[in-house]
Amino acid sequence: MGFGPLLLLASLEGLVTAATLALMALGLSLVFGVMRVVNVAHGEFFMLGAVVAWAVSTAFAGHPAIGFTAALLVAPLVVGAVAFLAERLVLKRLNYDPEATIVATIGLLYIVQQLALTFYGADARPVQPPFNPRIQLPWFGYSGYKLGVIAAAGVLLAGVWFVLARTRAGLVMRATQYDAETAQAFGIPVGRVYAGVFALGAMLAAVAAVLVVPVSQAHYLMGRDPLLLSFVVVIIGGLGSLRGTVVAALLIGLSDGIISTLFFSPTLAKILATLLVALVLVFRPQGLFGTAAR
Amino acid sequence: MTDARKPSSFLTSSVSRRSALKGLGATAALTAAPGFVRYAQTQSSAPIRIGFQAHRTGIGASYGRWYERTTAAAVKAINAAGGINGRPVEIVTEDDGTDPARGAEVVEKFASQHKVDLVYGTLFSHVVTGSAPAAGELKIPYYVVSEGYHVASGKLNRWVIQPGITDVRAQCRSVAPWISQNVGKKITMIYPDYAFGHDHRDFFAPAAAEQGAEVIAQIAIPPTETSFTRYFPQIPAGTDVIYHVMVGPAVLTFVKELGEFYGGRGPKLFGFIDSLEAVDMKSPGLDFLEGSHFWEGMPRYLQADASEAERAYRDAVGLDENGAAANDPRDVSTNAHMFGCWETLYIIKRSMEAAGYRGIEDRQKLIEATEAITELEEGVEHPQGPKRFDGKIHQVFGVQNISVVENGKLNVVHKTAIEDGLYEPEADYTTQSF
Amino acid sequence: MNGTASARVWLLHLAFIAALVAAGFLLPDYHRGVFSRILVLAVFAMGYNLLLGYCGLLSLGHAMFFAAGLYGAGLPLYHLGWGVPASFLAGVAAGGGLAFVVGALALRTVGVAFMIVTMMFAQVVYLTTLYFTTWTRGEEGLVLPPAARRVGFGDTVLSLSDPTSRYAIALTLFSIVLLAMLRLVRSPFGRTLAGIRENEERMRMLGYDTFRAKLSAVVVSGLACAAAGAAYGLLFGYVGSGFASIQYSILPLLWVLVGGAATTLGPLLGTAFMFYVIDYASGLTTAWLVLVGAALIFVVLFFPKGILGTVRERWLKWLP
Repeated sequence: MGFGPLLLLASLEGLVTAATLALMALGLSLVFGVMRVVNVAHGEFFMLGAVVAWAVSTAFAGHPAIGFTAALLVAPLVVGAVAFLAERLVLKRLNYDPEATIVATIGLLYIVQQLALTFYGADARPVQPPFNPRIQLPWFGYSGYKLGVIAAAGVLLAGVWFVLARTRAGLVMRATQYDAETAQAFGIPVGRVYAGVFALGAMLAAVAAVLVVPVSQAHYLMGRDPLLLSFVVVIIGGLGSLRGTVVAALLIGLSDGIISTLFFSPTLAKILATLLVALVLVFRPQGLFGTAAR
Repeated sequence: MTDARKPSSFLTSSVSRRSALKGLGATAALTAAPGFVRYAQTQSSAPIRIGFQAHRTGIGASYGRWYERTTAAAVKAINAAGGINGRPVEIVTEDDGTDPARGAEVVEKFASQHKVDLVYGTLFSHVVTGSAPAAGELKIPYYVVSEGYHVASGKLNRWVIQPGITDVRAQCRSVAPWISQNVGKKITMIYPDYAFGHDHRDFFAPAAAEQGAEVIAQIAIPPTETSFTRYFPQIPAGTDVIYHVMVGPAVLTFVKELGEFYGGRGPKLFGFIDSLEAVDMKSPGLDFLEGSHFWEGMPRYLQADASEAERAYRDAVGLDENGAAANDPRDVSTNAHMFGCWETLYIIKRSMEAAGYRGIEDRQKLIEATEAITELEEGVEHPQGPKRFDGKIHQVFGVQNISVVENGKLNVVHKTAIEDGLYEPEADYTTQSF
Repeated sequence: MNGTASARVWLLHLAFIAALVAAGFLLPDYHRGVFSRILVLAVFAMGYNLLLGYCGLLSLGHAMFFAAGLYGAGLPLYHLGWGVPASFLAGVAAGGGLAFVVGALALRTVGVAFMIVTMMFAQVVYLTTLYFTTWTRGEEGLVLPPAARRVGFGDTVLSLSDPTSRYAIALTLFSIVLLAMLRLVRSPFGRTLAGIRENEERMRMLGYDTFRAKLSAVVVSGLACAAAGAAYGLLFGYVGSGFASIQYSILPLLWVLVGGAATTLGPLLGTAFMFYVIDYASGLTTAWLVLVGAALIFVVLFFPKGILGTVRERWLKWLP
């Protein structure tokens, strides 16, 4: 395979990673940005989204698209509800203390993981893609569904941008992020905003999971690596910057895709890609688009 | 010091009971007094307790679930047939979280707190390796049902023994001739970039070379990877066969992406079923595997020529003819590995009977009795097939199955001979002191 | 702080160590073995606590320092036949060196960026242990042979695989690090770190070289964590990649936060608490992770500053 096709394959793979990563990281960034909470359980919301997607899609007979569409609607709602409850029952009572919430969300991680293991099981289970024409290029074949994932993520990201930038709900969120006390003084119900943001963040992770699950199955331990990558994306992008998050997801997805495709040793490629991204942060600590991290 | 704090334990301590028995032991056989006999019988009917180090959580949980079921079935069968030395077998299970550090702690818990007779049942090689030092220090027999080369390599200790399942090195050697004669001679290997994968790399390539085949590329995938398409361009164009082995939850992605990439026009495939253990062969996206070959330790699908013993084993464990749970066709087994639990428990029984095992003071005799085993016949105790045990490297050798995917089922097309897998031992545990 | 208060603090710690010495004789075998591990892991947690508790730096990469000690000690012992003391020192030195490099780079960042940079460096270390599987055996790991895990003092030979000497060594290491930490955090250097935690800008304006102080803290923390890693490998005879994974970066964070950040005894308490919660819960039910998760949430709801941190806040204000 020549260099051109190789680069094309690498870019496609990178884009798929970037698409779901951007959605998931955006959820984390909202929670992180607005509430200052390091949500270690964010990866478990992602996993829960995938597991619910499997449960819902297998409940429907007929064309896979029916089950998948149902999953796309139900999974975020279920996961959002779980997150909402967790916020009201635990995080709120901790006054969003940064250190206490780390412990609490680790606790939440254990609980969600065990429940998934007990009720869903330890096996990796596939979900049928709603459509999956195999696209045969002159050099290799590629999954049509993966291209669909890229497109869907693009649409969803645009939607989130619209909500944040153009609606009253978005304004309220941004005001709370900017200064919670002043927002409270102006009559914004900060507590409810927090609960809403936490749920919304979890829902974004769940949507990302539903999109990715026809590619890479639902498994009860699938949350960890995307969580770590999301953290990286959020910080590289600069806290609270939607544009930064998307650009960082692209940067990380593509660099990982391209380096590991072009490099002869996959593990060495991973090491180099990780170092590279770490050094970007070392020499640009505020991230690509953020103001100095607080 | 335990006794000093608990005066009552002078009366109930098993140590004092045993030392009493020891004193009696020599004369008990000669003494026909009824009182003695009754005493000896109550002693000998106390259960034999086996500590089962199970992967209930963590990455090995799919395997762990089936290891537990197989273990329960084997113990039920053994107990129904009178137990071991007339004593019932009792399983004490602890979760190791598929984690080597916790594994070692669990071994200590078994030895010091549960005071079991022996520890058994671990699959994942890092848990075995992590737990081995604890087993050696506490001098407790550790019967593992793993499949790496770690036991046979001689790097562990005399208390660790693997009599129920063959190791990777033997598996690689066994399948190499068949691959080169039936599938192709230019081979590209894809394996996870850690010890298990490296064992495949190190042992398959020379075995293939002996057969006139050639490994033309080796692609080691980082275990943190969840998508694989990006590595497929590294597969050289002249490849006849892709030899693939993967473990972990992403394996299904791996085979699916391979299918998407080549679309049925690529090289032939030979895989280790480890990639698809507990995964339904009819899962969406796996259709392209049709016609490809897999190594199986024991066939997942019931074969037409299956022996009576194999059928009995499958019924006891609760497998339907597709190798799924009889009561849930979506709950697919890990039959290529879990038979090792069944066979290992029978080895334990056989060794205990040979050693005249009475209690933990006979642990050393137990290991020696297992080391003395050589040939194992196919049958109820060994439904997977006949085996040969090498006491020097604490490793068993057996037949391997090569299966082809037909109509979404695996059909055995070739059984290798025990000799195919034999190799020159690199160690001798029997020269180690206990 | 007056003399009597200071004496009370030192007495408390010495009494605590004395109690652990006594426990070595009184505990049943299993729990003594468990405590050997907990004491070593508590050293890891104490090293972490110096950075998180006293300097306010949240790292998500401390597994790399533990692993540096583990491999720094384990590999020379296994491959080069080094003795136990030399291997231990090599492990500690490896951790110190790594901490210096990582600190010099990562301290250019602050807050959450520091957390992420350290996490990524740790990921690099983890992948490196896998990349060199030929020597490390990757995730499967290496068993350090008992014959090599012996120290000779003249005619007497101390075997690290003997449970009694293992407990003694673990306790010795723990006591040294505990007293050193106590001394350190009550020294001017410790107060500088606390000042940085509360307001770095002000410290800088007061003329402190805060970067240098923070770098020193990272290096001391790395040394302690590496000492724990080296001791863990040598005492328990196993070296594997799992100890370099993200899990072992999160664990010390958890132990410290549960026990109480910026308390000297909190790390041990947190480590022991987590061990026994897991040990007990997994005996009760197969779904034991739910109990562990619930226990964590329960603890943090009632002890938001960690167990000892909250005890200090509410009742014992003099606790260090």
